Amino acid sequence: MPSRETWSFAGVFGTFDTAQLQRGFKVYREVCSACHQMRIPFRTLTQNGGPQFSNAQVTALAAEYKIQDGPNDSGDMFERPGRAADYIPWTFANENQAAAANGGKAPPQLTIMAKARGYERGFPWFIVDVIPFLQYQEHGVDYIHSLLNGYETAPSDFKVPQGGYYNKYFPGHVIAMPKPLSDGQVDYPKGADGKPVVPETVDQYSRDIAAFLMWSAEPALDQRKRMGFMVMIFLGVFAYLMYYVKKKVWAPLGGEAEGLPGTAPLGPTG
Amino acid sequence: MSQHATTYVPKSAFAKWFESRLPIAGLVHSSFVAFPVPRNLTYFWTFGAILIFMLGEQIVSGVWLAMHYIPQATMAFDSVESIMRDVNYGWLLRYLHANGASMFFIAVYIHIFRGLYYGSYKAPREILWLLGVIIFLLMMATAFMGYVLPWGQMSFWGATVITNLFSAIPLVGDTVVSLLWGGYSVGNPTLNRFFALHYLLPFMIAGVVVLHVWALHVVGQNNPTGVPIKSAQDSMPFTPYATIKDVFATIVFVMFFAWWVFFVPNYLGHADNYVPANPAVTPAHIVPEWYFLPFYAILRAIPDKLGGVVAMVGAIVMLALVPWLDTSRIRSSNYRPMYRQFFWVFCIVCVLLGWLGAKPPEGGYVIASRVCTAWYFIHFLVILPVIGLFETPKPLPSSIIETVLGRKGGSGIPIGATAEPSTKG
Repeated sequence: MPSRETWSFAGVFGTFDTAQLQRGFKVYREVCSACHQMRIPFRTLTQNGGPQFSNAQVTALAAEYKIQDGPNDSGDMFERPGRAADYIPWTFANENQAAAANGGKAPPQLTIMAKARGYERGFPWFIVDVIPFLQYQEHGVDYIHSLLNGYETAPSDFKVPQGGYYNKYFPGHVIAMPKPLSDGQVDYPKGADGKPVVPETVDQYSRDIAAFLMWSAEPALDQRKRMGFMVMIFLGVFAYLMYYVKKKVWAPLGGEAEGLPGTAPLGPTG
Repeated sequence: MSQHATTYVPKSAFAKWFESRLPIAGLVHSSFVAFPVPRNLTYFWTFGAILIFMLGEQIVSGVWLAMHYIPQATMAFDSVESIMRDVNYGWLLRYLHANGASMFFIAVYIHIFRGLYYGSYKAPREILWLLGVIIFLLMMATAFMGYVLPWGQMSFWGATVITNLFSAIPLVGDTVVSLLWGGYSVGNPTLNRFFALHYLLPFMIAGVVVLHVWALHVVGQNNPTGVPIKSAQDSMPFTPYATIKDVFATIVFVMFFAWWVFFVPNYLGHADNYVPANPAVTPAHIVPEWYFLPFYAILRAIPDKLGGVVAMVGAIVMLALVPWLDTSRIRSSNYRPMYRQFFWVFCIVCVLLGWLGAKPPEGGYVIASRVCTAWYFIHFLVILPVIGLFETPKPLPSSIIETVLGRKGGSGIPIGATAEPSTKG
């Protein structure tokens, strides 16, 4: 079972960590994007509650890509530098090309991967997972993090087929993706002392990319939790007031039937 | 309803003019203002109002979603993602609608089990109950087709599994299935017609809800004692008493609803449904939404396809037959010491069936499913008819007001005296 990690965006008040999302995007761009597609426009990288790159950074980033556009007035397709409104292009022209280059099956799209994967926690945890302040919704990111750290030598009695790799966390343990990350592979932003602020390790890379994938899957997460908190406060006050309004209205009747001694209780317990 | 119409007196000249041409204000007044409500209703009786609220919420959020959704097999999945990302508050609309369906079912299950516990289906409320079963069936059809619309893996394969069940019908099965599919497999025509029907059925539900409320207002509400309203003391006007209580209960329910929408919006869904539908790849486990799981467990418990379908349909038919299967003349299980225990056993069996429906059909799970399925039917076909014949009920209170005021003076009346007029007092 994937290990449960601590995430900044977990819990009632969780929000994305901007620096982590920026690192995660760097990992995506330098590693994952070699094979995987992510269908989001460049402009979303500037959004609040996202990696929050500056407009200038994103415009410059988009311009590094060549985008096919057209047809123009003479009917020809042409290439132009990317703009912030463009979708991040994929390395491959289409699924078939991606499949041909990757052993017959196109690598899955990563946009909503963090919500498209999960694992069973079983009874009684699936009940605990929904209780306020104990809730657990990060199955997908925990799975991704564990998967990226789950490349091991296969047990001696396990036969790994041609073109597959042994992974502890992948269902069936045989994954077509070779180990994508290794320590020191991606350069992280340096602190004042010239050392990276966070370690350049597989564990940290996988944490950051998982967080970035959670954002790409659920870009409105910050907004949703903030609004949810306000909605709860509003409804709580509303319910509190309505409770006393109801009491007041019912007072001439002598109050609620079930509230009086020797009468039917609230529930169907007799 | 007409018997209350006289209590409404139009005040203004316009109201008089209007009322003599279309007495709708009088209708509303007699149904939602002057309507006499038993004084001893608990919060279990607020779920009718909660359900009406949820139906309205689902229709409003659904109509808005339909403005952005594209019912086309190659675009449906992306259009839902576009709603989540590009539509202003689209994520909110979609999470409200998806979780709203579950909340709708939570409320309806509480409503149904409340009816079962308090014998709300017994004379004179059989038609009221049957209309409720029809609403439940329409809800199930609506929810099932709604789940197909995002066109994820679970949408597609759920649709494939469930529509295939119709092929078990002798003679016409295959014709029915190709009619549902609009072809020879689940595909774009299926998605199109499911979208059309998903938009249509809620309005049919709304129509049956009107009949349900109408029937309710003819026979009056049941109450925790099951003893009918006998005097004016036993009742109170719907407004303001029941209205304000329903509003309060609805707000509390909306808080519960909001928890799911804002903090655990994907808990009740399946990760697989965030993978676009792919007819070439079958998911490891095809599982329906939680509210169908007990019926799904019953379906799989029978090793024969037709038998499984018959059992699954039979499970709902049992609900429709309850008014005639129950032989006891006592409504409320509060006064039925034996039946009350079997009621709770039945509740546990239903929850177990739900859990088993989510488990793979293998080993001990199959055996447990079969035991629970057998008990489900034994409850309706054996326990319900037999227990009423020899159970000794507790003495009933002589009136509602007696239980409300806690008067201990009046002795309970014998069972034979519980026969009542077919309309409320």
